[in-house]
Amino acid sequence: MEQAHHGAGAGPRQRAVEIGTALLTMLFGLIVIYGSVIVGSGWGSDGPQAGFFPFYVGLIICICSLINLVMALREADSGLFAEWGQLGQVLRVLIPATIYVALIPFLGIYLPSFLLIVVFMTWLGKYGFPLSLAVAVGVPAFFYLTLERWFLIPLPKGPIEAMLGL
Amino acid sequence: MKHLHALGLGAVTALGMTALSMLPAAAAWEPTKPVEFIVPAGTGGGADQMARTLQGIIAKHDLMSTQLVVINKSGGAGGEGFLDVKSNKGNPHKIVISLSNLFTTPLATGIPFNWKDLTPVAMLALDEFVLWVNAEAPYKTAKEYEDAIKAAPDNTFKMGGTGSKQEDQIITVAIQKALGKKLTYIPYKGGGEVAVQLVGGHINSSVNNPIEAVSQWRGDKVRPLCVFDSKTLPYTDKIQGDLSWSSVPTCKSEGLDVEYLMLRGVFMPPGVTDEQVAYFVDLFKRVRETPEWKQLMKDGAFNQTFMAGDEFKAWLDQAETTHKGLMQEAGFIAGN
Amino acid sequence: MIVDNFINLYHGFYIAGDPFNILLMVIGILLGVIIGVLPGLGGANGVAILLPLTFSMSPTSAIILLTCIYWGALFGGAITSVLFNIPGEPWSVATTFDGHPMARSGRAGEALTAAFTSSFVGAFFAIVMITLIAPLVAQFALQFGPAEKFAVYFLAFASFVGMSKEPPAKTIVSMMIGFALAAVGLDMVTGQLRLTFGVTELLNGFDFLIAVIGLFGIGEILLTMEEGLEFRGKAAKIDPKIVWKTWKTLPKYWATSLRSCIIGCWMGITPAGATPASFMAYGIAKRVSKNGKNFGNGEIEGVVAPETAAHAAGTAAMLPMLALGVPGSPTAAVLLGGLLIWGLQPGPMLFVEQAEFVWGLIASMYLGNIVGLILVLTTVPLFASILRIPFSIIAPVILVICAIGAYTVNNNVFDVLMMMVFGVLGYLLKKTNYPLAPLVLAIVLGDSAEEAFRQSLLGSGGSLAVFWSNPLVSTIMGLGLIAGLWPLIAMAFAKLRGNTTQPA
Repeated sequence: MEQAHHGAGAGPRQRAVEIGTALLTMLFGLIVIYGSVIVGSGWGSDGPQAGFFPFYVGLIICICSLINLVMALREADSGLFAEWGQLGQVLRVLIPATIYVALIPFLGIYLPSFLLIVVFMTWLGKYGFPLSLAVAVGVPAFFYLTLERWFLIPLPKGPIEAMLGL
Repeated sequence: MKHLHALGLGAVTALGMTALSMLPAAAAWEPTKPVEFIVPAGTGGGADQMARTLQGIIAKHDLMSTQLVVINKSGGAGGEGFLDVKSNKGNPHKIVISLSNLFTTPLATGIPFNWKDLTPVAMLALDEFVLWVNAEAPYKTAKEYEDAIKAAPDNTFKMGGTGSKQEDQIITVAIQKALGKKLTYIPYKGGGEVAVQLVGGHINSSVNNPIEAVSQWRGDKVRPLCVFDSKTLPYTDKIQGDLSWSSVPTCKSEGLDVEYLMLRGVFMPPGVTDEQVAYFVDLFKRVRETPEWKQLMKDGAFNQTFMAGDEFKAWLDQAETTHKGLMQEAGFIAGN
Repeated sequence: MIVDNFINLYHGFYIAGDPFNILLMVIGILLGVIIGVLPGLGGANGVAILLPLTFSMSPTSAIILLTCIYWGALFGGAITSVLFNIPGEPWSVATTFDGHPMARSGRAGEALTAAFTSSFVGAFFAIVMITLIAPLVAQFALQFGPAEKFAVYFLAFASFVGMSKEPPAKTIVSMMIGFALAAVGLDMVTGQLRLTFGVTELLNGFDFLIAVIGLFGIGEILLTMEEGLEFRGKAAKIDPKIVWKTWKTLPKYWATSLRSCIIGCWMGITPAGATPASFMAYGIAKRVSKNGKNFGNGEIEGVVAPETAAHAAGTAAMLPMLALGVPGSPTAAVLLGGLLIWGLQPGPMLFVEQAEFVWGLIASMYLGNIVGLILVLTTVPLFASILRIPFSIIAPVILVICAIGAYTVNNNVFDVLMMMVFGVLGYLLKKTNYPLAPLVLAIVLGDSAEEAFRQSLLGSGGSLAVFWSNPLVSTIMGLGLIAGLWPLIAMAFAKLRGNTTQPA
């Protein structure tokens, strides 16, 4: 887990990301505190109320986030979080993957899986279409057979499956 | 392989199926793909067991042309499962089994649904509730236990039950009201766990369903005091010594005027056609004729009332009012 | 008494050794391994799904098939943990800590062999225990009320925390995030919804498996991408003799194995379950082992400890189910339903009335695990060779598997979206030195621990003294305190001995 020993190159600073993360966890802590207060965070007649534990959990998150924030602010600039090029690589997976999961509620799981594998293999892996198509058809087909046919677990389906009457 | 078996066995049991010939016209609609059977509770619980038994019976006797697939959606005390069915308007390939959380969950949590959002199909059975104590406890009858509760200060006796603001706690509140004393109610995740806590002496009593505690009774670890029904149970098979379910008196006869039965019914999404409902009513009628179903009813000492159509709707209306009243009295309604 | 058990067991072997039953074992194990490999599709689902198919079998054959699926799932959970850092089952999370680093440095075969063998050892130990002292153990399990259960969770936590090198404030934030996520959804004790903010998708809370698939699985893919399009296990050499070579090194870790077996059996019976057992065994092994500092970087002992404990717990969980009718694990809960459907009533009388069934089952546990071990060991070279597939083919396939896995946990599309969020979070937290293990442990145990705590207080009328009210609960709480304060104690000892070198 060595970060930022990649020599030259530009990118976001580790310190900035640390600060951002601390702020993010603090926000999360505040949401938890708010949610706990709504349901009651006191100590009722017969023990703690529903929000008692989450309230203190949220409080501790906020306090520790504050410590992390101060530590990050005081820290000397410790180098890069990652180079832009590296982050670009990450995004090249993250963006297709995000589109993939965003499509599942509308198109079911099979078609997006097919598209994901084809895009990934041809665009990032520079494989030819025959192999890409074979994998992209084979994997969803395998899951269809094992899960839906064998184990009787229905997976999400979209309009195309409905048309085929599956 | 399974279907080969089913053919042979189906032929034998078909002899007993007079119900089959009664409704030939109802076969106008048939499922064209696997039917999802939603269980609004976790795996291993009473509703789940019943759903999986139904699935097994239907597969074994080949009662349906496609498969029945059981899916658990237990989030939010079952609210997740009901919402899923509610939102699948007009989908005839989805059914849901219900328990009392059909009424209690929307009231206790404010999750937006009502049984009227679904299409009632049939009541399969009613589940009984029995008052249990540890077999080593000195109370031989419900009367003795009631007297002990009345004689002690509030919250001396601990009642264990499944979940919070659901059927077990509703019964507990009704008992408190009848006796004029408070009990400490401790919620657990499942009925089996409650029974074992009772055996281990961590609680004083429980209101387990018969099937949840019967094995502990057979082992003489727990003792049934009374049943929360208007009449004693009809099952006379010996369970512990000379005792059978029929020898358990009603709570009312023991001076505890509390009655409660839990629905085990099936519903469909809103907007399905009468034909589609009729198909499933017919299906469950045939299930009731199978020996496996009869065995399950006997093992669990179920109340075998079967209802469908308007009769069932009237019952649901009545039950909803009762639950609302009970929940309101107990202060279990969300937002109060 | 014990002699009787052996006679019964002998008859049991006769029943379980029937060729048809052996065939069912093989089928069951293979199905179980597939179920175990798919994240999300757990042993409980697998058994539940196949339960209706067993109605036309004899109860003994049926339970042999179903329990073998369970053994298979226990074995199979380790495979994706080691290869892709994706735990196939909750109890194999701790296996990823050292198993995946081993795979990355080209030792996947070794890690898998160690995992499978340890699983077998753990299971075998638990079965021997069941054979010898079943009634005693059942009695012990009855002692556990809410207070005792809370004490066990406390001990599991205490033995795992305080061992990370990351800054304490970050460790605490990470763990507390886990607790907060575990709290979302229905509060079992009051029947109220909390932290859902009216969003129906949050009714179900955050399932531990969704978080784990995202944090570990997706997070790992993102990290791999950052470091260039290369899968680091590519160098893995496939050596058919790897099994023998690994076996030679394993006896060294007998103490870890034995300790993990005991932890596992205890957790399986009480019923805390296989997942806390695996974390606890890992945590303790890390502290006690002389290689402790190297845990997390591919130490084989870090695979042995959690796998042994998980499998011992998973097996021991069968006992309370049979003897008390209370399931020690979700899978056991489904099997329990099966027993009822086959007309058997688990509980105190089962051992007396259905001796043939019980001992047939116990004998099948011995045979099933032996069959299972042989089957999975033969697949080691096959699975290890998956790592040779180029990353740009395997990565989208892993993504698809993760999505399917996340969906099948609760049949919920929303969970797939959450998985992606957790994936990004996992990448971010890992890069900023927040440890993920405490977060995961808190999600697994947070809910149950809080529930047990509040049940105890309900019973005691709000008095905290309930946690010191009897010898059993006091002992466990005491052990928990010692475990929690262990780093301080160790430091004090070091000072006393005049040892000036600070433990790092």
